[in-house]
Amino acid sequence: MATVVTRVFRRIRPGPLSPGGKRRLEFYLYISPWLVGLVLFWGVPIMASFVISFYDWKLLSPGEFAAFENYAKLGTDRRFKEALWQTIYYTLGSVPLNVMVALAAAILVNQKVRGVTLFRTLFYLPSVTAGVAVSILWYWMFNPDFGLFNWFLGLVGIPGIGWIWDHNWAMPSVILMSAWSIGANMVIFLAGLQGIPDHLYDAVDVDGATRYQRFRHVTLPMLSPVIFFVSVITVVQSFQVFTNIYVMTRGERGTMVLALYLFFKGFEDLKMGYASAIAVVLFVITGVIALLQFRLSGAWVYYEEEEGQ
Amino acid sequence: MRILRYVLIYGLLVIFGFVYTVPFFWMLSTSFKTLAQTLRFPPEWIPGPWAFENYPNGWVGAFDFNIFFRNSLAITGNAVAAQMTSSVLIAYAFARIRVPERGFLFAIVLATMMIPPQVTLIPQYILFTKFGWVETWLPLMIPQWTGWPLFVFMLRQFFRTLPADLDDAARIDGCGSFRILWHVLLPNMRPALATVAIFTFVGNWNDFLHPLLYLSRDDNTTLAVGLNMFRGQYRTQFNEMMAVAVLILLPVILIFFFFQQYFVRGIALTGIKG
Repeated sequence: MATVVTRVFRRIRPGPLSPGGKRRLEFYLYISPWLVGLVLFWGVPIMASFVISFYDWKLLSPGEFAAFENYAKLGTDRRFKEALWQTIYYTLGSVPLNVMVALAAAILVNQKVRGVTLFRTLFYLPSVTAGVAVSILWYWMFNPDFGLFNWFLGLVGIPGIGWIWDHNWAMPSVILMSAWSIGANMVIFLAGLQGIPDHLYDAVDVDGATRYQRFRHVTLPMLSPVIFFVSVITVVQSFQVFTNIYVMTRGERGTMVLALYLFFKGFEDLKMGYASAIAVVLFVITGVIALLQFRLSGAWVYYEEEEGQ
Repeated sequence: MRILRYVLIYGLLVIFGFVYTVPFFWMLSTSFKTLAQTLRFPPEWIPGPWAFENYPNGWVGAFDFNIFFRNSLAITGNAVAAQMTSSVLIAYAFARIRVPERGFLFAIVLATMMIPPQVTLIPQYILFTKFGWVETWLPLMIPQWTGWPLFVFMLRQFFRTLPADLDDAARIDGCGSFRILWHVLLPNMRPALATVAIFTFVGNWNDFLHPLLYLSRDDNTTLAVGLNMFRGQYRTQFNEMMAVAVLILLPVILIFFFFQQYFVRGIALTGIKG
């Protein structure tokens, strides 16, 4: 009886905070750091990028309103077009290589043989050490006179090449280096491989399937969402490549990718309006890819799944 | 047939393993060579004489890497503390407190995960300049306290693996949401917290773009930028450069060998790289 009274009482005079209101207040209290960051470090900068891209913004002071002038300039800027093309070159080269090598490595370390975890560790290690130190290491390995690569080529009787110092080989060299950091993709593939139920393999074994048929008709179809997912993530990341190229070539000899061009335009030429227009282009490209991912991939729908509570 | 298969697998593993570790051996080997020996071709793998002095000479030579080390440690330490606090609180709300707009807000978290850092670089730089933060650690420290979308996502997934009965039992005992988090959920989250700490450590320790932008002096910048400065002055001294590189990578490699199961778990759970 008493509870009924309280309930009625509450309904007539809801306190300053109903239970739902209190819950909402708590929710926003917990996520408040994220909200501050979302506004200050994501939302405002992204919108500002659009705004600044319409100005002739030099260094830190807003210059003249330039309408679409920066974008018009992009259209005629030969170096921008080169940067766009070189980014696509890098993406088309590094993503398939990376995905295939990572898949091969994952299949290899998924074999049930002794000592395989040691190799898993070794394949993973390079992706943890990414950065300047490793870029300088590769810069040294690519040295045409004393480097490791030309020594290897010499061992098999091929004359050495200029690697990052040769206009034709600089981008392939950078792509080659990207195939060293497959660790994360390998682990994702490994999780995918281990998630394929055994009874599917048992079913084709009954029909006497060969090893290739097992791979072609069970592994590959079952893994396809993961392959798709990894590919998209790797594409998005390939548009962000910066440190390796900055350290090894500074974008020279045909390696000036978009992220690097943006950096040089903005922070060396101090043309921030123009660099923001590049940022907007980068944002749109990434956005289109992300959108494709959300629309096409069934492996990427966490927030729609049933709640656990 | 079975033996043939084993030979094939081990053969491939060894070839693969060799290719992936050779750069590290080359780095180590170079770091112990004299300058003259680095300029010999074909290269010699075993240093002779062993130039151990490359390590002290490189570390405290033209640049004092003790200072860079201290700076990197402070910036990385702050990032770890910040992410362990902010990302946990944010993820907890997204996992456990039900409000109607939660799904929408979480979709924004996921969307920001996909945005390349270059897109926000210029306005952020202008903003931080207006704050007077350029040439201070603040641009690398303060944003860390607002959480990181990848970690929010990862931790939310971890939270959701914990049964809701835990919360309910504590709530019946009169616990508020923070006490549930602190006393009931977090003690079950140690692996997840370790994953966040390690990813944050490695990511910030290796970060180059942001310190390059905000910290240009040899007394305030980090190891990554310091090493790049060193390279700028001594274009050809690869022995000392590699010695310093070994020392910079050492903490990361040690952490990786001791805690690698957390890397694997973190990636497997989110499907995303740190």
